[in-house]
Amino acid sequence: MFYRENGQFKTGYGADQQMLPILQDRMLMAALLAFAFVGVPYLISDYLFLAILIPFLILTVAAIGLNLLVGYCGQISLGHAAFMSVGAYAAYNLALRIPQLNFLVVLLLAGLIAAAVGMIFGIPSLRIKGLYLAVATLAAQFFMDWLFARVKWFTNYASSGSVSTAPIEMFGWRIDTPVHKYLFLLGVLVVCTLAAKNLVRSHVGRAWMATRDMDVAAEVIGIRPVYAKLTAFAVSSFYVGVAGALWGFVHLGSWEPLAFNLSLSLNLLFMIIIGGMGSLLGSYFGAAFIVALPILLNQIPLRLGIPLSTAMAAHLESMIFGALIVFFLIVEPRGLARLWAIAKEKLRIWPFPH
Amino acid sequence: MPRQLPVISLILVLVVGLFAPLATGAADPGFWFEVLLGGLMAGVLYSLVALGFALIYKASGVFNFAQGAMVLFAALSVARMAEKMPLWVAVILGLVIMVGIAFAIERLVLRPLVNQEPVALLMATLGVTYFLDGFGQTLWGSDIYEIDLGIAKKPVMILDSVFQGGILVNKDDVAAAIVAALLVGALALFFQKTATGRALRAVADDHQAAQSIGIPLNHIWVIVWSVAGFVALVAGMIWGAKLGVQFSLSQVALKALPVVILGGFTSVTGAVVGGLIIGVGEKMAELFLGPVLVKAFDLAGGGIENWFAYVLALLFLLVRPEGLFGEKHIDRV
Repeated sequence: MFYRENGQFKTGYGADQQMLPILQDRMLMAALLAFAFVGVPYLISDYLFLAILIPFLILTVAAIGLNLLVGYCGQISLGHAAFMSVGAYAAYNLALRIPQLNFLVVLLLAGLIAAAVGMIFGIPSLRIKGLYLAVATLAAQFFMDWLFARVKWFTNYASSGSVSTAPIEMFGWRIDTPVHKYLFLLGVLVVCTLAAKNLVRSHVGRAWMATRDMDVAAEVIGIRPVYAKLTAFAVSSFYVGVAGALWGFVHLGSWEPLAFNLSLSLNLLFMIIIGGMGSLLGSYFGAAFIVALPILLNQIPLRLGIPLSTAMAAHLESMIFGALIVFFLIVEPRGLARLWAIAKEKLRIWPFPH
Repeated sequence: MPRQLPVISLILVLVVGLFAPLATGAADPGFWFEVLLGGLMAGVLYSLVALGFALIYKASGVFNFAQGAMVLFAALSVARMAEKMPLWVAVILGLVIMVGIAFAIERLVLRPLVNQEPVALLMATLGVTYFLDGFGQTLWGSDIYEIDLGIAKKPVMILDSVFQGGILVNKDDVAAAIVAALLVGALALFFQKTATGRALRAVADDHQAAQSIGIPLNHIWVIVWSVAGFVALVAGMIWGAKLGVQFSLSQVALKALPVVILGGFTSVTGAVVGGLIIGVGEKMAELFLGPVLVKAFDLAGGGIENWFAYVLALLFLLVRPEGLFGEKHIDRV
């Protein structure tokens, strides 16, 4: 009844190419952004910020990055946590060795370094795809795990192999309380989402999608697969590298080499499967789901008075994850984002049946 | 043939690398031989897991990431049941459980996903991996358990007339190698000589053609996943007896992935040869290349066996994507 586009006419190319063509969508988005930037900091406790919102925001950036590669370009990666670690260690070393650099510059450079590494490991994708590529990206995972654990220069010769960072400060803004961290991350996420959205609507994104849908046919109509695949790897690794730097600096503060291991890679993949492949909104849903599920699994039995041991909770979590992955792949391969789209479609004709 | 040049040179480099420690005198022959044997033994075990991969890939085109989880599940089942009953009963029950799992996977995962692209199936098996890991440990517990196969673990000295000090060989390693060889032989017979084996090969060649001459696809999948479950059981018991039954067993599958890449996804021979190459290469690299790297780059310890297999597989992918024994695949528009 309230959500329909009747009477909204497009009178120029600008209106035709809008990101959100329906007025109600724009209003909803504006309200959501206003709430996220102004409302949330007053409403939510520090615990919720640290346990849920901050990991959620960072992992969303990473999930968007992986989604650009897997969902939009169709190249599977089981090693994206490796590129997160590249971003994190690049940022650590830049901040350590060139202290006068602004953190934003550090973040960008870390992303660029991750992008370069991602492109190197993306080279096999030019010859192989699917299952073989999965193994090639696993090679990235294991090699990076080893590299950062063993080469002392990266960890600044720390004897334990773990590194720690100072609180971020930029333009006189010291980001050390949960609320400030949240606002900073929200800003980064909004910029990242906007950039990704515009990228996938442009010729670059269309080349990716053509490659995903049928690589041979894409080549026939004049898309260079080398260019499409390597840009996808580069952009994806850039996002994931930025997310890795944020994960290290803002969320963890100090971390060990195994902070970015295979299970993080797989979790990123699960986010986009559950959230929806080839959908930016899906990255949000997936990240929220994966962050919230373990906490819910811990809290619900506690509230119900059934104490679960930590090991038991971990096993249950693993079982539920596994079952959900299979469930989503069978029932709704396009994930939660698809459910959201169906709900919107229903809302348009509500309260009428047709 | 110039096209084969990169492959041949890669193999040459590997062979040279294998004998380099001997030639440069970095290792005395006895020790080198011991490392070689150790590598071969480890390789046999990798082959066992890789065999499961290859079987399922051959017959259903599914890259079964869950093979490692199946190994863990089988080993856990046998280890825990063997506490209450004789080993052979536990093994038979374990086999029944693995067949049950094969049925469940075919019914609940594969059948609804038939005709999906391979990557979707790969992700489904990732889901199965998580589920089986969690389920196995919920059901059987998550401590370290033991399987006693009744083979003495005492090392034996052999060839002490040839090398100074002789060579230490573990009896259970030898037993594992014999079991693996028997298993490969039995599988080869099964594939070549029985009617079911013929049906399996037909399905592997062409799903549609096989179905059109009346081979029931669903049965075949149950059979092949059961056979993979059986292989997982054997692998799980041997690995479990060696390392103890614990969660890390599930990670063995990650070592077997490069093996199938190297050998070729569709080839049983490839799984065995690839396993041996990776096993030997890994041990040799860790013991002889590792110290060189540590010295040259001032590393905090070696541990290159964690990625050596993968980087080797990656190199092979670049020069010969179909693996050593795989079938060449050509795309047509």
